[in-house]
Amino acid sequence: MTQSHLAPEVMARARDIVALYPHPRSALIPLCHLAQEQDGWLRPEAMAEIAELVGITPAEVLGTASFYDMLHTEEVGTYVVTLCTNIACMLRGAYELLHHAEESLGIRTGSTTADGVFTLEDAECLADCGRAPCLQVNHRFFGDVSPEGFDKIVDDLRAGRLADEVPHHGTLVRTERDGGLRVEAETITAERRATAAAMAERAATAAAASEAKANG
Amino acid sequence: MADPVITSHHAIAPHTEEGATVEMTIDGRAVVAGAGEFLIAAAERAGVFIPRFCYHPRLRSVGMCRMCLVEVSGPRGATLQPACYVAVAEGMEVVTTSDKVKKAQDGVLEMLLVNHPLDCPVCDKGGECPLQDQVLAYGPGESRFLEEKRHWAKPTPISELVLLDRERCIQCGRCVRFANEVAGEAQIDFLGRGDMVEVNVFEGQAFSSYFSGNTVQICPVGALTASPYRFTARPWDLDQVESTCTLCAFGCRAAVQSSANRITRLLGMDSDPVNQSWLCDKGRFASEAVNAENRLTEPLIRRNDILEPASWGEALELVARRLGELRTAKGASAIAVMGGARLSNEDAYAWAKLAKAVIGTDSVDAQMGDGLPAEVVVALPRATIDEACKARCLVVLAGDLREELPVLFLRVRSAAVDDAVPVVELAPQSGSVTGFATASVAYGPGEAAELVRALATGGAVPATVEPAQWSAAAEALHRAGTDGEGIVVILGRPSVAEDGALVADAAAAMAAAWPAARFLLALRRGNVMGAIDMGLAPGLLPGRVSLDDGRSFFEEQWGSVPAGRGRDAAGILEGLADGTMAAVVMVGADPLSDFPDGTLAGDGIAGADFVVAVDGFLSRSAARADVVLPASIVYERSGTTTNIEGRVSRLSQKLVAPGQCWPDWMIASELAARLGGDLGVESMTEIWDEIEKVATSHTGITRAVLESLSARDGIIAPLAASPVTLSRRLSPEPFDPMATPGIESVEAQGAPPRSGGAEPTSGEGAGHTAVSGHGHQAPRPRSLRWPQPVAAPPLPAPDSYSVRLVSGRRLYDDGVLVGATDALAALVAPATVRAHPHDLEKLGVGAGDPVRVRSARGDIVLDAAIDESLPRGVASIDFNLSADGAVGAAALLIDSREAVVDVRLETP
Ligand code: SF4
Ligand code: SF4
Ligand code: FES
Ligand code: FES
Repeated sequence: MTQSHLAPEVMARARDIVALYPHPRSALIPLCHLAQEQDGWLRPEAMAEIAELVGITPAEVLGTASFYDMLHTEEVGTYVVTLCTNIACMLRGAYELLHHAEESLGIRTGSTTADGVFTLEDAECLADCGRAPCLQVNHRFFGDVSPEGFDKIVDDLRAGRLADEVPHHGTLVRTERDGGLRVEAETITAERRATAAAMAERAATAAAASEAKANG
Repeated sequence: MADPVITSHHAIAPHTEEGATVEMTIDGRAVVAGAGEFLIAAAERAGVFIPRFCYHPRLRSVGMCRMCLVEVSGPRGATLQPACYVAVAEGMEVVTTSDKVKKAQDGVLEMLLVNHPLDCPVCDKGGECPLQDQVLAYGPGESRFLEEKRHWAKPTPISELVLLDRERCIQCGRCVRFANEVAGEAQIDFLGRGDMVEVNVFEGQAFSSYFSGNTVQICPVGALTASPYRFTARPWDLDQVESTCTLCAFGCRAAVQSSANRITRLLGMDSDPVNQSWLCDKGRFASEAVNAENRLTEPLIRRNDILEPASWGEALELVARRLGELRTAKGASAIAVMGGARLSNEDAYAWAKLAKAVIGTDSVDAQMGDGLPAEVVVALPRATIDEACKARCLVVLAGDLREELPVLFLRVRSAAVDDAVPVVELAPQSGSVTGFATASVAYGPGEAAELVRALATGGAVPATVEPAQWSAAAEALHRAGTDGEGIVVILGRPSVAEDGALVADAAAAMAAAWPAARFLLALRRGNVMGAIDMGLAPGLLPGRVSLDDGRSFFEEQWGSVPAGRGRDAAGILEGLADGTMAAVVMVGADPLSDFPDGTLAGDGIAGADFVVAVDGFLSRSAARADVVLPASIVYERSGTTTNIEGRVSRLSQKLVAPGQCWPDWMIASELAARLGGDLGVESMTEIWDEIEKVATSHTGITRAVLESLSARDGIIAPLAASPVTLSRRLSPEPFDPMATPGIESVEAQGAPPRSGGAEPTSGEGAGHTAVSGHGHQAPRPRSLRWPQPVAAPPLPAPDSYSVRLVSGRRLYDDGVLVGATDALAALVAPATVRAHPHDLEKLGVGAGDPVRVRSARGDIVLDAAIDESLPRGVASIDFNLSADGAVGAAALLIDSREAVVDVRLETP
């Protein structure tokens, strides 16, 4: 048996995802995200394995993956910086910011720094117009970004100060349930109940506190 | 009224109730259309052509390009709707020429040209381009776009055969849909989005489908071009005829196009009962081999062990003299004729008559050892291809269909995938059918009959078979009726490393278990069925008649017939090797490359006193002959050919054969004269008349019948079995100009493919009458009927050290045709030995390591390949591939006297 490109635990998660759907093919996009989480982008080897997992051809995987902006079929940096240039952001200086970003990273929009850390992209409305101009780093939002603010974000990312907020590219969620998709339905229900109870309790405590404050 | 199905996933056309019609108007004219039909097709039949790009009558509608927008009145007034995607309905009012429609067409075409390079002057499609034509006919005339067009690198090869020019692509999706829907190999797909959409392959993987040429054929622009045709011609330089491809026995109809006596390309014609538009890449591109430089062009005679050019007179004289001498010295039965499947029916008949009536030998065999016993082939109750594709249960016991009869594979795949016909595969190794088969039942080499008996009688599940597959197979067979009336069996040779009689035995077992089952013979060689029908088989005479049944009739017709049954290919080679036979004439046969037992073939040719080769190429066997006679080959001759279902279709001559090549029948006729006989025929057409007159199975298939329009797709022999009703249709239906643009455009240049060959079969005028059964002819002998005796050899017990050999065939092989076609030659794979990983592990070798394969006959070293689908104890080597220049690896191991071939795997 040749070594698979997807790591064993990733492969296991992939199989679990495939099993969720009546047609294996439906798991295609989740699996692309999974592979992107492992590698930061969709490597050809990963696409070939996904094809096998869902029973289609690699060309079809590439066909689907290349359609979507969030799936990268070419190598990207650890941090993909996406600047909005749509109307609200544009009016608030998005193009100036983009220009600044190109200068300060030393790359053109659509390319990656030589050290492989930053990829710069422009985008249409990211739905954060209230904080225009805005950008995303690996799909995490940063609003009201000034040129100095941009440089600070870059510095912070380089220095690892934002490691808690921005995971490496490809990671959609950082918290995963122990046991993943294999967890029994009852456990999930119980956990949900516990969460709801905890939330209710916190709300009650907060309400009591604010009442006490009002009264006091 | 039928419910119009408007999803693209269910059928090629919407569901139609048999015979139900609707009334509607198109451009104000009342039209009656079939219920559920697509509007575009209904309009076309009513004489209204609606422009289109993505619609193709053999693909599912997708409504992608919007070129076919027409106005359809509905409850909310007239709206623009795609005619290729909307089904007709009662009372529908359709307008195809309104200003609104015109504006939509303008818009679509203007959009399509935004990024189109318009490099028509250097584009293969120029002159036959639906985009050019439709822009001219329906376009706005001017574009408002001034911007720079997008550019891509071009052309990019996506395989050895297909080049891609992405700039020209209009994203109709025909190619992608063909690859996915029809071929079942989605190796190409749309990549990207918006204005950056391109068709392409996955990086590092070629578009390796055997059917890739069809995408070039149906691409409505010059985005996909074929490397062999690229830049070779313009449609107005081309001339064409409609003919039949004879590279395998499926008999695809094709438009054969040429320029300056060279084949330029083949395009599949839409023959509904046969190939439905498609060709395989071998048929399409290996036709180039006729143009090859290394064709034989003059007779050769061996002098001082060197083949030297000679005149026809000299060569024929020598052949006749030597054959005559040997016949006198050793008897007529010491002379053999091998081959004949490369010939037309007429040629085959002439050779059969020469051998059996003039020379007097019955040792004549067209199947050359990799077919089935001829009596079984002619006697089994037959099914047509259409019947097979509509069977309630389709059993496949044959070589890999995609490798041996590629377009039959497409038909079977479509039956299984689109029409849910249950397919039960019985095979010694998995293949192209396995993926969609309802059940895949593996049998050990030689054990097919045993397995069939167990399956039919509800016996125990054999150890090699997965129980789930076994019960699925039993279930599917059971549902086809108690007498098996819904069963059609595709019967061929799954492996040349087991005796053909063992497969015949399995067929006999099936015919016994399911008496109403019918068979479609999957014999592979070009006109093998015609050759057998014409009597190029031991024990048979023309018309599927046995030597004994036909003796008195043919003695009257021919003067004489052989006294007793002759030998088959293996028998002939043994006879030549041990001296009981003396001479062999190989008619388009290359036993050294094709006969399963390579050692015996070598011994036989070496042991013969006199060897004659009649061929188009100096094949390995021809190179060993004493006399070589050059013959015309595909597309250089007229006549008829017969496909696997017995369909007789016309061949049209397109080229003049090079040098001094003669048609095969003429060679036979001249030889007969020099041997003191007379074939009594002066032309192809006379031969056909004689065939119709003497061959029981061909009674009534006169030239007039063959030429009638309704027989355009051929006629199945015997006539009673033909689903064709002969009508007096006067003109053929027009081509769909967008379905296969290359045919229509050449026709528009004044070269209608249907004009037929250089030699019209009907002689003078249409007043020709049938010559059937004239004079007072004796009643014809009856054709052989099932059952026929089958002598299956006993199966030896396997010894515990050995593994049993399986040997199938590949489409791209070391044969002369592929070899003479550069683009295909590059695709021939090297031979490997495939085995179950455990068997290889036992040996301590992995994939790619060399393994010595040894049989009682010989041994060879091949690279190992892992094949988990093979049962343990079985090794598979493709027959017609070579390794390290050693041709026919498996042929060195096979002993044709053994029922099966046991080999040992060793480290070298
Ligand atoms: S595809 Fe047609 S329109 Fe396009 S360049 Fe070729 S000939 Fe011209
Ligand atoms: S390559 Fe040709 S057939 Fe394929 S989508 Fe483009 S235009 Fe259509
Ligand atoms: S315009 Fe920038 S987020 Fe909406
Ligand atoms: S949308 Fe009808 S032909 Fe393309």
